[in-house]
Amino acid sequence: MPVKILVRYGEIALKGKNRGQFEQRLHQNLKAAVKGLSAEVVRLRGRFTVSGPDEYLDQMLESVSRVFGVVSISTVQETELDLDRIKEMAAEIVSRIFPELRTFKIAARRSNKKFPYPSPEINKLLGAHLQQLYPALEVNLHQPAFILAVEIGFDTAFLYLDRTAGPGGLPMGITGRSLLLLSGGIDSPAAGWLAMKRGLSVEALHFHSYPFTSRRSQEKAVELSRKLAVYSGKIPLHMINVASIQKELRSQCPEELGIILLRRMMLRLASLVSEERGLQALVTGENLGQVASQTLESINVISKATGMLILRPLLSMDKREIIDLARMIDTYDTSILPYEDCCTLFVPKNPTTKPKIEIVERVETRLDIARMLEEAIGSLETTIVKRVVW
Amino acid sequence: MAVVYLDNSATTRPYPEVIELISKIQSETYGNPSSMHEKGLTAEKLIREARRQIALFFNGREKEIIFTSGGTEANNLAILGTLYRNRQRGNHLITSSIEHPSVLNCFHFLEQEGYAVSYLPVDRQGTVSPDDIRVLIRKDTVLVSIMHVNNEVGSIQPLKEIGRAIKEENPAVLFHVDAVQSFARLPLKVKDWLADLVSCSGHKVHGPKGAGCLWVREGVMLQPLMHGGGQETGLRPGTENVAALAGFGLAANLSGGNQKLKTTALNSLKRTFYQTLQDSGIECHLNGPSPEEGAPHIINLSFPGVKAEMLLHTLEERGIYVSAGSACHSSRPEPSRVLEAIGLGRKDLLSALRFSFSCFNSEEEIRSAALETAAAVQELISLTRQ
Repeated sequence: MPVKILVRYGEIALKGKNRGQFEQRLHQNLKAAVKGLSAEVVRLRGRFTVSGPDEYLDQMLESVSRVFGVVSISTVQETELDLDRIKEMAAEIVSRIFPELRTFKIAARRSNKKFPYPSPEINKLLGAHLQQLYPALEVNLHQPAFILAVEIGFDTAFLYLDRTAGPGGLPMGITGRSLLLLSGGIDSPAAGWLAMKRGLSVEALHFHSYPFTSRRSQEKAVELSRKLAVYSGKIPLHMINVASIQKELRSQCPEELGIILLRRMMLRLASLVSEERGLQALVTGENLGQVASQTLESINVISKATGMLILRPLLSMDKREIIDLARMIDTYDTSILPYEDCCTLFVPKNPTTKPKIEIVERVETRLDIARMLEEAIGSLETTIVKRVVW
Repeated sequence: MAVVYLDNSATTRPYPEVIELISKIQSETYGNPSSMHEKGLTAEKLIREARRQIALFFNGREKEIIFTSGGTEANNLAILGTLYRNRQRGNHLITSSIEHPSVLNCFHFLEQEGYAVSYLPVDRQGTVSPDDIRVLIRKDTVLVSIMHVNNEVGSIQPLKEIGRAIKEENPAVLFHVDAVQSFARLPLKVKDWLADLVSCSGHKVHGPKGAGCLWVREGVMLQPLMHGGGQETGLRPGTENVAALAGFGLAANLSGGNQKLKTTALNSLKRTFYQTLQDSGIECHLNGPSPEEGAPHIINLSFPGVKAEMLLHTLEERGIYVSAGSACHSSRPEPSRVLEAIGLGRKDLLSALRFSFSCFNSEEEIRSAALETAAAVQELISLTRQ
């Protein structure tokens, strides 16, 4: 038996031309999300429906509820625009939950003003009908055991009991393309998720330091990308080995500047990858004040290594909030696996927290930066990490 | 790049003959040993042959061998099976502080169940003292479990003296030996040890993973941990892993039987490795027993000033596979419990690597692996100390 899911999106903020683009992109993303489930996505006025075989209902609900731009979803029963048919359908729905649930209210919403009964009228008529069939059923407008919602659409009516929240935000890809600097930690996957939520499509870049770090830490970056791909369908993951850069910095530069200089090299490498891939912004998990490289002075000096726009979605969040988000998107347990990434190696005993740009730039004149970048870029490996398809 | 695999305490490369046998059995001799027809009989005969080959190592009877899925299951069956069977006998257990997690965690579980457990300390060589055991044995002691060879530092426990100490103090106490590291590498003198239960594993001796055994001295009664169709005299029910067990038997057989083990050859590899490292002039400290006293295939060394994991991956890049601490903990950053127990300082703890050898290693590759190790240590030291 086919089942149908009604998909609502945040149309309020949308105006004019944007709305069409928004809906088109959301339509594409919904179709991609239910790929493999023999489902059909139909665009209605102000809504989408996703219908497919009922043995895939759970998978469809799960996939659709992860599409950015979706505000909420409901499994619905569809019927003709005819009050008697609506009454029949309502009675059938109630027969499945009565007498376990016996207090209720009807919440009708008439989008189609051509339907002859206004919403309050529908509430009354349907309520009376149901009480006639089930005399033990009681109306309770404040704390009902169930709410039977009725949406009067333009071609059909939808009846439903449940409503699941979606992630909200904007359909992925609509605001542009970005490169996420993905370490193995808790912050960067959360930052990537927030970037996607604001409509950015995301590619990821992971720096490793093999043989100074374990291959398992690279595997961790793949695992984290796979978690993000649950929302995006796929994540191109780029990996660059910075072991030789670290070695050279170690032997040529003052120890306390090590992390700042490495970060600047990373931003340069990220800019090169972005240029090659046509990406418009860098996304990092930076957050003010957590570690020495995230003081205002450090962030400033590090950022000056590139002219690219750097987005920091976590900037204002507390660690607690970041952890909650990481748990919600299921990256937390992977992030806390104890493999060292390249930032935890060669950690100076007293990293500087107030670096000066003049000093950093002067130290960098000792380095053959172009060659170092070229060598590191030579180690670039790219894999497309895909969501596990149903 | 040539691969030099020096992590043979974690697991070993199977003999080619073993792989061939397993694959032949999987495709052709797929019968259930319990089936009444000819296919069942053929499978049953394979199990019997394996049991005969393993029993040789214990100079024992075939019926004393209970096949399991490996060393962990054998240890669990030995320890939990003994206690479930002898609830009325007492409440006190003894083990050492350097046992494998599959032994230690059984005892931690039993502590939660209300048993009192004494954990024996070890000396700097990683050896327990039989006299310590004498002091600890009580009237209500039920079981003592001591490993033969420690998997991290290669110390060999004085099992003969320990067995005597146990039985002289209280003959009713059962004595379990975890021989996973020593099986088919050192003779198992179970009668000298006065042992009652001995655990072994197939994949540590060039056999397949998923096969092991518990030797149960005739007359010792255990409670099975699983219930089912009565295989392995009811102690380990479940359709036999025919191919893996046959592979285990063959691997044990190829190792030379209890009398003709390749102990001397392994010992020589270990000495070559240690000597070459020492001649290279780098600073390295030996953890645990001296090369003369320890197990033939394990040597544990610290390289002060080098992070163990960095050295491990640097060697890996050169095709040399070793272990930092014990393979089971390498995903956790905390230092090895065994190395702490033998009293290592922090510097030595964080820079310790285990090299473990097998009959597949040649003297020549061992020498070059030692030289590569020395070079890698030097490189990392120059990198971290400016």
